[in-house]
Amino acid sequence: MFLDVTLTLLGGFLGTIKLFILTLVFALPLGLLISFGSMKHFAPLRYPVKFIIWIIRGTPLMLQLLIIYYGPGIILHQNIWGSGDGGRFIAALVAFVINYACYFSEIYRGGIQSIPIGQYEAGQVLGLTKGQIFRKVILLQVIKRIVPPISNEIITLVKDTSLARVIAVYEIIWEGQSFIKSAGIIWPLFYTGLFYLVFSGLLTLLFGYIERRLSYFR
Amino acid sequence: MDILEVKNIRKKFDRTEVLKDISFTMQEGQAVSIIGSSGSGKTTLLRCLNFLEMPDEGVIRVKDETLFDSAAPGSRSEAEIRKKRLHFGLVFQSFNLFPQYTAIENVMLAPQMMNEEGHRRDSGEVRRHAQELLEKMGLQNRMDNYPHQLSGGQQQRVAIARALALQPDILCFDEPTSALDPELTGEVLRVIRELAEQKTTMIIVTHEMSFARDVADHVIFMDGGVIAEQGTPQEVFDHPREERTRQFLSRF
Repeated sequence: MFLDVTLTLLGGFLGTIKLFILTLVFALPLGLLISFGSMKHFAPLRYPVKFIIWIIRGTPLMLQLLIIYYGPGIILHQNIWGSGDGGRFIAALVAFVINYACYFSEIYRGGIQSIPIGQYEAGQVLGLTKGQIFRKVILLQVIKRIVPPISNEIITLVKDTSLARVIAVYEIIWEGQSFIKSAGIIWPLFYTGLFYLVFSGLLTLLFGYIERRLSYFR
Repeated sequence: MDILEVKNIRKKFDRTEVLKDISFTMQEGQAVSIIGSSGSGKTTLLRCLNFLEMPDEGVIRVKDETLFDSAAPGSRSEAEIRKKRLHFGLVFQSFNLFPQYTAIENVMLAPQMMNEEGHRRDSGEVRRHAQELLEKMGLQNRMDNYPHQLSGGQQQRVAIARALALQPDILCFDEPTSALDPELTGEVLRVIRELAEQKTTMIIVTHEMSFARDVADHVIFMDGGVIAEQGTPQEVFDHPREERTRQFLSRF
């Protein structure tokens, strides 16, 4: 029984990890683009971007999942997500990427805007280009400042992936819960908690390591 | 020959006129001190020379090359402005060292970037030059320290070496000792004095009156966005012609 549960949960956890990693792969860079948009002096670009961030951060991720999955089918009368598990997974991924990109963008914006203007000016009077100033002077300082809030957000993402079940994307809790019905046992649910704990523990160690690697400067 | 000619510079922020018709010249090898109370426009003037601010009106010429002329606005592309900036170096009040680089890396960064853009200088030479500059600043034992491991006075000396690394025609100091504890100002002033003795062309905005008097060949007193008085240190400090100069100096 234990082996059976373990294998089933591992299968579910694979779905969780897949959603987790793909969300990061797309949301981390997309968030940077959004943050640039939200910092543009050009108001016709800045305000729409800020509006979108407000909508996404101001509504529950679960609601966004439902709307993104069911919305196109009901409004446009066609299922753009494709059929079956694959289609639902893609819809969930899109919802997660948009949601997390908006959160990341605000963290990036805070990090970039916290760098003193004197750092830019020092680069300018040394004849550096804008690109050189960003890459050689600003970027590492921003990374150092955003590691703690980003790691917070990423650990939240590990657990948020469980929300994908509202559009029937199989993930680990879904699998754990199935044993209540099929075998009348609750311990597989506790077992799923262990998966989350171990995984977020590993991430905590990783981010601690990154923070230590960046502690050589202030 | 005048190395720098500044003519009729005006600068407004919103409605406040910060610089009202500033004109002066300086010769190669001269040290010019700019004194005056806060808000008199000294820092804005330096920032205009370094193109951190664009003047609204006026002309800036270095070695007979017109860098800025409001009557004939040429290209103001980033590349153009960068090239013009290189005539000037600027040492900030708050140092603005790059915290993630060691002292020597701070000095080497800009020359290395120039290299990447094809102005080839071999990297060994860039390093040797940076070492030389830091030794000149008395920092031979501090080259591999990060800024947060250095005192304010040491940080400011690294910043001076960094500004010198690109061999600017004119080195500008914006209140270089104002952010320092009193016991640390001496080491920075000593370095600037040595540069003056070696005939480095410099503009020094400062609140250190005795220093301004010792080190400068020419003193400019600014008040309310205009040059109220200028001349040799003896003229300005010992025999000021203007009442407001006298009032300002009497506070020290």
